[in-house]
Amino acid sequence: MTHTPAPAAARASTARPRTLAEKVWDDHVVVEGDAGNPDLIYIDLHLVHEVTSPQAFDGLRLAGRPVRRTDLTIATEDHNTPTLAIDRPIADLTSRTQIETLRRNCEEFGVRLHSLGDVDQGIVHVVGPQLGLTMPGITVVCGDSHTSTHGAFGAMAFGIGTSEVEHVLATQTLPLTKFKTMAITVEGTLRPGVTAKDIILAVIAKIGTGGGQGYVLEYRGSAIRSLSMEGRMTICNMSIEAGARAGLVAPDETTYAYLEGRPHAPTGDDWTAAVEYWNTLATDDDAVFDAEVFLDADELEPFVTWGTNPGQGVSLSEVVPDPASFADHNERAAAQRALEYMDIAAGTPMKDIAVDAVFMGSCTNSRIEDLRAFASIIKGKQKAPGVRVMVVPGSARVRLEAEAEGIDKVVTEFGAEWRFAGCSMCLGMNPDQLAPGERCASTSNRNFEGRQGKGGRTHLVSPLVAAATAIRGTLSSPWDLEHASSSTLSEVTA
Amino acid sequence: MDAVSVVTGIAAPLPFSNVDTDQIIPAVFLKRVTKTGFEDALFHEWRKDPDFVLNRPAFAGARVLVAGPDFGTGSSREHAVWALRDFGIQAVLSPRFGDIFRGNSGKQGLLAAEITEKDAETFWALIEENPGIEATVDLVTRTATIGAHTVEIVVDDYTRWRLLEGLDDISLTLRDEAQITQFEHNRQSWRPTTLPAR
Repeated sequence: MTHTPAPAAARASTARPRTLAEKVWDDHVVVEGDAGNPDLIYIDLHLVHEVTSPQAFDGLRLAGRPVRRTDLTIATEDHNTPTLAIDRPIADLTSRTQIETLRRNCEEFGVRLHSLGDVDQGIVHVVGPQLGLTMPGITVVCGDSHTSTHGAFGAMAFGIGTSEVEHVLATQTLPLTKFKTMAITVEGTLRPGVTAKDIILAVIAKIGTGGGQGYVLEYRGSAIRSLSMEGRMTICNMSIEAGARAGLVAPDETTYAYLEGRPHAPTGDDWTAAVEYWNTLATDDDAVFDAEVFLDADELEPFVTWGTNPGQGVSLSEVVPDPASFADHNERAAAQRALEYMDIAAGTPMKDIAVDAVFMGSCTNSRIEDLRAFASIIKGKQKAPGVRVMVVPGSARVRLEAEAEGIDKVVTEFGAEWRFAGCSMCLGMNPDQLAPGERCASTSNRNFEGRQGKGGRTHLVSPLVAAATAIRGTLSSPWDLEHASSSTLSEVTA
Repeated sequence: MDAVSVVTGIAAPLPFSNVDTDQIIPAVFLKRVTKTGFEDALFHEWRKDPDFVLNRPAFAGARVLVAGPDFGTGSSREHAVWALRDFGIQAVLSPRFGDIFRGNSGKQGLLAAEITEKDAETFWALIEENPGIEATVDLVTRTATIGAHTVEIVVDDYTRWRLLEGLDDISLTLRDEAQITQFEHNRQSWRPTTLPAR
């Protein structure tokens, strides 16, 4: 690869209108790649967890390389950690070894680590924003595909593999080929009871699990602008389920209000300079996207999945589709396979599907606002008999905040389990798993075969649908509950 | 990384879409802290079915997978590539790959090459007629061949060059270390730092 030194001034003076993603990219080019070769991109923030890092640290050791920028790196324990009895040694020996390996590596290489029991421990994509480390106009990577979450702040954030984790640890850069841009414009006003999760599930159903491959998505339009940061994070989180490595929302006053005052947010003159720069990041009016998708927020209903990939979804008021109705033969075959695995028949009303479990948690929906939304629906109610309901806050801090508001009591009085923070049943690397054949309404992000436990069946839902389903025992939305008045619902935005 | 130029071996079909990385290797196997020895984990659930393609005697020792669109979607786990490699798979042909999976493949010497849906279907038909037939995937000529049928494969130029030369990414990047240091020198003070902890 022959590199031409990046002519920074020349780049800055280009008059070509640019999108948000292009601006963030351009400001991180260390070395411009010529003739279609990748650019070398600087990484502002590297998040690390126990699962995808041990082999990367091993690689550094073998080559005798240090972590180049420990001050831009932070680690947390989340995938393997138990959500019960966290003061006892981890029972699963391989999980315990992996956690202990992260602790040893962080100690040896000087990386800041938030361990189980620490107030800042939690899901890596909850911890970054909570500490104020995630901010507009930066690049964020992590060995986890849901790193796209951080795009909610107007950051370029994407998941990487373990070889790339090692690369960033060693060089604080990545060679990356420029992406194409896609605008996802959502105009209108969501009805009470319809939330960010419904938007993103509808987007993925529309463009498919491969629709975003090779693209960076930008979510825009009035419905996106009116979302809270939690809602925006839910949407950006699932960009990868549409095939896109990253998804962004332009920063605005909502972003700044969320960020200001957090432990690592800029202060004083730095804050002023940062906001001034962040205000220049929005996509230029005459910038052109390589692809555009439109969605009408006014028409949207609570949305759920019926199959085994996140693109296999419908409105909750609809029925399980007939595989024969798919024109594309790959989709038809995939639908047939999915219905067999999910053990549901075409034509079944989604609302007739009974569940064994409800999982409220994951990097998609475990922030304080998600927990508030869930609690607002279940308050004073009893869960459906025989349904196991688990509520897992995204971080130890979210758990404390929820407890200060009494959400833990609402959850336990409802008959649900109030757990410690972690990834938990989103992927079942810890003991929180579905049993074979069990069916779950889950606020997580993947309904893949066996994802939540061998033989488990997953329907992806919003926190409000999870709550209503936990009450009724069948897939339901707050619209199916008499007590959930539209005035209560209109306060819920997550 | 060892250089890769031509892969020849038995071709196994996976004629359906969305083979996500959770299917290639379930999360329970991600607890290991090593980088090799994942061959037992590959397609762990599917391999319990005696009729699964990689269990059929005709496909023993398969080196090439011919998959449907959206192969390797979902989780970023590089373990998916390690499991394929450890099992003996050296090339995967698919009409579309998950972006992160394709990147991970390029770093580990697994040849992930795009072919058209029509070519995938032709290959599946040829394999069905003659189970155990070999495929040749040639990165030099950018072609894949089964029997008398040769098709074009798509691999980006940079990945192709690195695979053909067997180059390690980190060493390549460190050639530009002076520019990285210069870039860091100009980094604005408002940008995040994790240390000291606040």
